[in-house]
Amino acid sequence: MINITSSEKENIVVSGKSVFRDVIIKNELGLHARSAAQIAKLVQNSKAAVWIKRGDEKADASSIVDILTLACEKGSTITIIIEDPADIDILKAIAEMVESEFGE
Amino acid sequence: MSEPTANELILKGINASPGICIGKAYLVDKEGVDVVEKYYIQEDKREAEIKRFKSAVKRAQDELRSIVDNSPEELQQANILETHMALLKDKMLYGKTLTIIDSEHVNAEWALKTVVSNLKSIFQTMTDSYLKERASDIVHVSDLIMRNLVGAKTQDIAAIDKRVILVARDLSPADTSQINLERIMGFITDRGGKASHTGIIARSFEIPAVVGLENATTTIKSEDLIIVDGNTGTVIIHPNEETLVEYEEQKIRYEEYKAVITRESHVQATTTDGFRMEVMANIELPEEVVAARNYGGDGIGLYRTEFQYMNRPEFPGEDELFESYKDVVEVMGAKPVTIRTLDINGDKALVNSYGYDEVNPVLGLRAIRYCLKKPDIFKIQLRAILRAAAFGNVRLMFPMISAYFEIQLAKKILDEAAESLLKDGLPFKRDIDIGIMIEVPSAVITADLMAKEVDFFSIGTNDLIQYALAIDRGNKRVAYLYQALDPAILRMLKHVADVARDKGIKVFMCGEMAATPHHIPILLGMGMDELSTNPQSIPVVKRVIRSIKLEETHPFVADALKQTTAKNVFKLVRDTYGEILADHTYSGSFKLDQ
Repeated sequence: MINITSSEKENIVVSGKSVFRDVIIKNELGLHARSAAQIAKLVQNSKAAVWIKRGDEKADASSIVDILTLACEKGSTITIIIEDPADIDILKAIAEMVESEFGE
Repeated sequence: MSEPTANELILKGINASPGICIGKAYLVDKEGVDVVEKYYIQEDKREAEIKRFKSAVKRAQDELRSIVDNSPEELQQANILETHMALLKDKMLYGKTLTIIDSEHVNAEWALKTVVSNLKSIFQTMTDSYLKERASDIVHVSDLIMRNLVGAKTQDIAAIDKRVILVARDLSPADTSQINLERIMGFITDRGGKASHTGIIARSFEIPAVVGLENATTTIKSEDLIIVDGNTGTVIIHPNEETLVEYEEQKIRYEEYKAVITRESHVQATTTDGFRMEVMANIELPEEVVAARNYGGDGIGLYRTEFQYMNRPEFPGEDELFESYKDVVEVMGAKPVTIRTLDINGDKALVNSYGYDEVNPVLGLRAIRYCLKKPDIFKIQLRAILRAAAFGNVRLMFPMISAYFEIQLAKKILDEAAESLLKDGLPFKRDIDIGIMIEVPSAVITADLMAKEVDFFSIGTNDLIQYALAIDRGNKRVAYLYQALDPAILRMLKHVADVARDKGIKVFMCGEMAATPHHIPILLGMGMDELSTNPQSIPVVKRVIRSIKLEETHPFVADALKQTTAKNVFKLVRDTYGEILADHTYSGSFKLDQ
């Protein structure tokens, strides 16, 4: 059901229906309004809730404001969580965006 | 007194507009939107309230959309505006506000304010200052909704049925243009300086104003009794009875003085030995031309043109500029109108601009530098000026010239503007006097080179003092160094005046220095051909000139130039001209610059 390549496997954790993936924020500005907006836009079409977790705090990834309240500066680790495996492509896309430093 | 009053409290700020008023405070919220009221919404009205909020958001979206559509090249900006559009509908902002309207039965403004203050406090607790600043996007967006929601903020101010003293963080041109000034006794703001928009408006409407108070809005509450002394820059909250009596008397004295001086404002400013000094007006808004005439201005020595470029989504068109320049030129008739070209970084002035933030904008891309970089924008203004020149006596002035080539380039663009007007068959006048502002030390020291290219110099002391003495005008900690009478400044003025005389061109002064009575003997002695001040200072400047003998100012200036400190220069002025100045000016105005 979930289409994960072997190289991705080490990063992705599946627990029940939820799928987790950790990424490190690398861009200079951290998660600011513009990058948060890019994430929120991707999440618009998700089947179920998508979360960004940092430490103990969890933000609704469809809300720019909520993402901003996590205060993710450069170097912080975030966990992307999807509640429905069908949203795996969204998870991958977010991870990719973070890795590519939001094209900044 | 029957009721126990709170302790008298004195705040010191910048005296932006003279006069004294005593009255009740009216507080305007810092966003420029009136203090948000809270009220409950009946169940049957709740749907309508929700709809009202939604349509405000819709209008805000449309506003952003049109800005995005109109800025195809500025991709960077479009990008952040897209983000703002997404933020408008963000569930933590939009969704939460709707939830609060629905669950707490409050009005939309209050619900939005609640949501935003909560968010702000979250961001405030973040440690990284950079992270904190991210809240600014949210604040921008919520301000935008609030503006569209309230819309009637000015009605609120206009609806005041008694005269009040307006207390605000800062007032934008948009705010001031919508206020019913008839109801305003005085202005008090946390921000701004003498040249702030509030200051200019207050002076042109002769409303006392104290600005730059920093914490007025947090100290003063609506309905507090306050005294505004615009002569000294003092605000007194909860004055006791003695203070009230004292200020009532001062107010009467000041008004009598003003009446006398205004009566004789149309008399020429001729020294006792027959030298006629032209005393001109500095204006910013076209409407101020009326004040310039009423106060006896011999012309417009500085017409600042920034106002039309500020706080709007796009630059003004040529016709709009032309119409306002023409208005001013026609009112002044044969008297000269000195139009200064754009003196800001235009891109930053636009509403919703997210241009490159300069660490040090005063030393950055502004004024002539900006215009030379954007010849297309510059040419629009130059065309408008040349067209207006056909209707009267126009002089053109370039600001912030720091190098010779800038004059050549500016004149080249001026020629191109003239050629294009010729091609378009529009009436204009190219044969006008062209001058430059002398406000950068490099222009002072190369004045002899600059003189070859121009018909006049106009010394802008506000900036010159700042650049020459390396003082940030807004930095209170070094403000004590900001002295117009500093020996360095006097020598620079002398140099520029000497070069101008030598090269056969005119030398003027615009800027606060020319508006200060005790500087007049020095400026006369240096050989200034014209002084230009805010319209309200013209009568007193003229009056002082009429009481001085030009011949005597020459040895006096020679003496002044030998002084080693500003303080000593000041003492010399006081010892030589103290009596004349005391007789002819309002007592409060004779003091060393602070």
